[in-house]
Amino acid sequence: MKIAVCIKQVITRESQIRVNEQKTWIRDQDATFELNEPDAYALEEGLRLKEKHGGEVVVCSAGPARATQVIREALARGADRAIHVEGELGSGDAFSMAGALASAIKDEAFDLVLTGLQSDDHGFGQVGVVLAENLGIPHATIIMEVNADGGSLRVKRELEGGWFQFVTMPLPALLTIQSGINQLRYATLKGIMAAKKKEIRTVPAPAGLAARQRIVDLYPPQKVKKTEMIGGSAADAARQLVRALRDDARVI
Amino acid sequence: MAGILVIAEQTGGTLNRASWEAIVAAQSIGGDVKVAIAGREVGAAAAELAAAEVAEVIALQHAALDLYTPDGYVQALAAFIRDAEPGLVVLPHTYQTRDFAPKLAARLERALITDCTAIKAHGDGRAFTRPVFQGKLNADVVADGPTPHLVTIQIGAFRVDALKKSGRRAAVRTVDAAVDASAIRQKPEAPFKEARQAVDLSQAERIVSVGRGIKGPEGLPLVQALADALGAEVAASRPICDAGWLPMERQVGSSGQTVAPKLYLALGISGAIQHLVGMKGSKTIVAINKDPDAPIFEVADYGIVADLFDVVPALTTALKE
Ligand SMILES: Cc1cc2nc3c(=O)[nH]c(=O)nc-3n(C[C@H](O)[C@H](O)[C@H](O)COP(=O)(O)OP(=O)(O)OC[C@H]3O[C@@H](n4cnc5c(N)ncnc54)[C@H](O)[C@@H]3O)c2cc1C
Repeated sequence: MKIAVCIKQVITRESQIRVNEQKTWIRDQDATFELNEPDAYALEEGLRLKEKHGGEVVVCSAGPARATQVIREALARGADRAIHVEGELGSGDAFSMAGALASAIKDEAFDLVLTGLQSDDHGFGQVGVVLAENLGIPHATIIMEVNADGGSLRVKRELEGGWFQFVTMPLPALLTIQSGINQLRYATLKGIMAAKKKEIRTVPAPAGLAARQRIVDLYPPQKVKKTEMIGGSAADAARQLVRALRDDARVI
Repeated sequence: MAGILVIAEQTGGTLNRASWEAIVAAQSIGGDVKVAIAGREVGAAAAELAAAEVAEVIALQHAALDLYTPDGYVQALAAFIRDAEPGLVVLPHTYQTRDFAPKLAARLERALITDCTAIKAHGDGRAFTRPVFQGKLNADVVADGPTPHLVTIQIGAFRVDALKKSGRRAAVRTVDAAVDASAIRQKPEAPFKEARQAVDLSQAERIVSVGRGIKGPEGLPLVQALADALGAEVAASRPICDAGWLPMERQVGSSGQTVAPKLYLALGISGAIQHLVGMKGSKTIVAINKDPDAPIFEVADYGIVADLFDVVPALTTALKE
């Protein structure tokens, strides 16, 4: 099975987020970055499918030069090679991202394309589905189980409120993977050494990728509730909270 | 039609709450609002929708739309939207919409702005507010390119009780959807629930819920001790269940359980929207988080900005005093 896994580099959750001067994005010069979490699960699923069915796993990332950091990490975990689409990617909206990824993988005839279901930064939840449309292949989203058999796939989709559904479709196909589908493996020292010899093909982003949406203001959300903030030492705060829950809220 | 087209959602003929919320969002913009609903036979659902103050309800019907598939829905809706030429298409941000709306927008070559929580005037047009960075920031977003633009409305962002109803029921029109059944590639099976859930968190009076702030499973006994002292159930955010530290059935949120206890204690939970939708109906919410900007504080009644490893044991002790 020839599998492409699309991965994105996002700023780490622990990062202190600061809005840029134009209020159009964050100041990411001094941020630290990591692999988008649902993409890590997509990569793991790709590696497991390869272990079961043979073939290769190719990671593909559209982003600035620093994205090689997550590409290397994916190679160290076991991906065979990588494609890095570098260049001007609009403001990173879903249509330009999907366009960039499509141009990089359309000629490779992958049997299966995996992406995370959404990213931790923009959270569009669109790139995978738009990519499927660009490639002309069927898709399914929020996937919690993948069974491949000959030319078809049977996958378990997560629905709201604890419901699930199986869907069958022909290959080639695209799936967007939900966190928790499997248990992640981490790179071994051997993997890290081996990754150094693996191919990362850099391709330019195609011309004319116009973003279809842009941020005109970026700001912290407003509180909807009046929160009573409790300060002091841990012991003090704990005592105050217990008193408030007993006497004011009357919930204990 | 230059107005707004809302795409309502039904399962087995039953409308969901999110569809009504999407209609409220459309009504809040003003102008001509129409509602379309797709399925095999959706006359009854369409008649129900006609109670809203809207210009028209369209029942978009085809035998191949009996069970939802993205291929079927995109064919039907793309053809209908091209024909109707609305200025804006509004959809509820459900799992189903997440599955087909990006494809629909791509097919139509139009902008799609997902999970909007507010709509504002911006210049001559509109900006749509959506959370970014897991709810840590809000972005006001403007769509570019030709209309119709597509937007999905986050669950709970607009209130159903603000729905404008009409004394005179809206006209319902039935349209044969343009679907080529042989071009539908997904074969869906009937939805199901995993094995019976042993814990029914929806009935719990008090819940101590733990998030990624706990770092690892070795921190859980601390949380259990606090829950015991409170007579509470232990619950968790998704990453805790994903990692297998607690069983899936203890997950609170859009893909887990919806809870409404008297007391909900969120320990080291950031407050992503998918978590909030599952617990914001709780009577009293307490958040303990070391990040003062964590979105969970937006819904909390009481907040403590601190390391949970300091506060949780102190709380257990204070409860026993
Ligand atoms: C389709 C879909 C469905 C989903 N369904 C669900 C769902 O049902 N339920 C759900 O919960 N999520 C769900 N999610 C995931 C959701 O988007 C978030 O990723 C998740 O809720 C984050 O969990 P968290 O708050 O525990 O972790 P994080 O967002 O990583 O937050 C951890 C928090 O802990 C704080 N912290 C860290 N260390 C400490 C410390 N020592 N003391 C105090 N605080 C500390 C940090 O400041 C941070 O705020 C879903 C996502 C998608 C896309």
